[in-house]
Amino acid sequence: MMDFGFSLSPSSAVDLDKVDLSLYRRLEQTSPDIRHCIACGSCSATCMAAEYSGMSVRKLILNLQRGADVRKMLSCCMLCGKCTMVCPRGINTRKLILDVCRYYPERP
Amino acid sequence: MIYQGKQKIWSDYQKDIPDDHWFYVRSCIRQNFFPASETHFVKIVRDLLGKDLYETEHHTTCGGIAYHSDTIPQETAMTIVARQFSLMKEAGYKNLVTSCITSFGNYCEILETWREFPELETRIREHLWKACRREFDKPEYVCHASDVIFKLRGEIAEKAKFRLVDRATGEPLRVVEHIGCHYSKMFPHKGVGGAEYPCVLSGMVESWGGQVIDYPERRHCCGFGFRQYLVKANRGYSISNTHKKFESMEPYRPDLIITNCPGCPYFLDRWQYVIAEQTGKTYGKDGHGIPALTYEELAGLVLGYDPWDLGLQIHQVGPELLLDKMGVPYDPARKYLGLNEKDIMKPGLPTVLKCC
Repeated sequence: MMDFGFSLSPSSAVDLDKVDLSLYRRLEQTSPDIRHCIACGSCSATCMAAEYSGMSVRKLILNLQRGADVRKMLSCCMLCGKCTMVCPRGINTRKLILDVCRYYPERP
Repeated sequence: MIYQGKQKIWSDYQKDIPDDHWFYVRSCIRQNFFPASETHFVKIVRDLLGKDLYETEHHTTCGGIAYHSDTIPQETAMTIVARQFSLMKEAGYKNLVTSCITSFGNYCEILETWREFPELETRIREHLWKACRREFDKPEYVCHASDVIFKLRGEIAEKAKFRLVDRATGEPLRVVEHIGCHYSKMFPHKGVGGAEYPCVLSGMVESWGGQVIDYPERRHCCGFGFRQYLVKANRGYSISNTHKKFESMEPYRPDLIITNCPGCPYFLDRWQYVIAEQTGKTYGKDGHGIPALTYEELAGLVLGYDPWDLGLQIHQVGPELLLDKMGVPYDPARKYLGLNEKDIMKPGLPTVLKCC
């Protein structure tokens, strides 16, 4: 391969026809309120772990909808439940996180 | 004529393009990238179709490339542009036609700025007078050269010797059209079809028998983006942009790409070589690339000009497969003969991308 001194950056485009959405579909069954998320970010704003670890429930839901791996993010959650308290749509985010942990083949 | 409903909505997206009497200003970079394109624009419009197109040797760069590269302030670009307007006034023309999309955007941006801030226009008039004792009038119409070819597309179709049709199958050629960002993304009402439905190139393609193909990243930037390319450390952004477009258009198997900007055909053409060397992937048939042509080159092909006189040998992606499809005759022995049969030398061949 020729070295030009620069290279291609990986694309951030998500092809929804190709990603695996089975985990999200399963979550829709057990935690149907995931569909109510309006991505307002209240959960991320109140998260105690966010500032130091990059944890964000908003980003977690977005990544689930895109079929991305969220295990690293899940490992940062302390399950304090503040996100559940502030959610304007009444989503039980704590249960959602526990469900995601349960569905992953290995513990995050 | 009274327009109603959808017709009325569509009429709002149209642009007034003068029929004749144009003052033509060339591009500073196109003459190096694809030198025969502008020459053939003049040949087609002035010599073949008999229109009044005037150009002067005293014209210079519009300053747009330096302005967009952050090397000169806008006031300097404005004074350069004011001088071009003074040349136009001197020649007695009121319709400005620019060869370059960035020039077009630059002229439009400057005229809009002067409309919003008349005191700035007054200051630029003073600058111009102090610098070279010149005065100027603002143009009545500012068009891009592709607007002119769009306007004349019917006349070109009448004189066409070849059509954008596969000779072997009779099927229309599948054409990707790529419009420069500075054409109608800056001032949507200045472009044919606005920013939402720009049809300046698709109109030409359909008139000449081709089929325009739509694909997800159709309106994405070609990747030039000035600083994204000019600063070497940023070139990864530039090529990634282009790569994204090619990945998006690949499933639709385009036969060619037509563009109306100086940078777009250059980068859509040259980056195919770099992508092939870096990833081993090519986007055309059997290891070839997809030819990326300017609208003048395509008009020239349709009208039967010699492909080598049109400068198609300057492209990285070889045009031979396209010429064979269209049935355009060419002499391979003359490929690397320039003006007056002068040998312009055969370039080295890439290791991955097939070029002929």
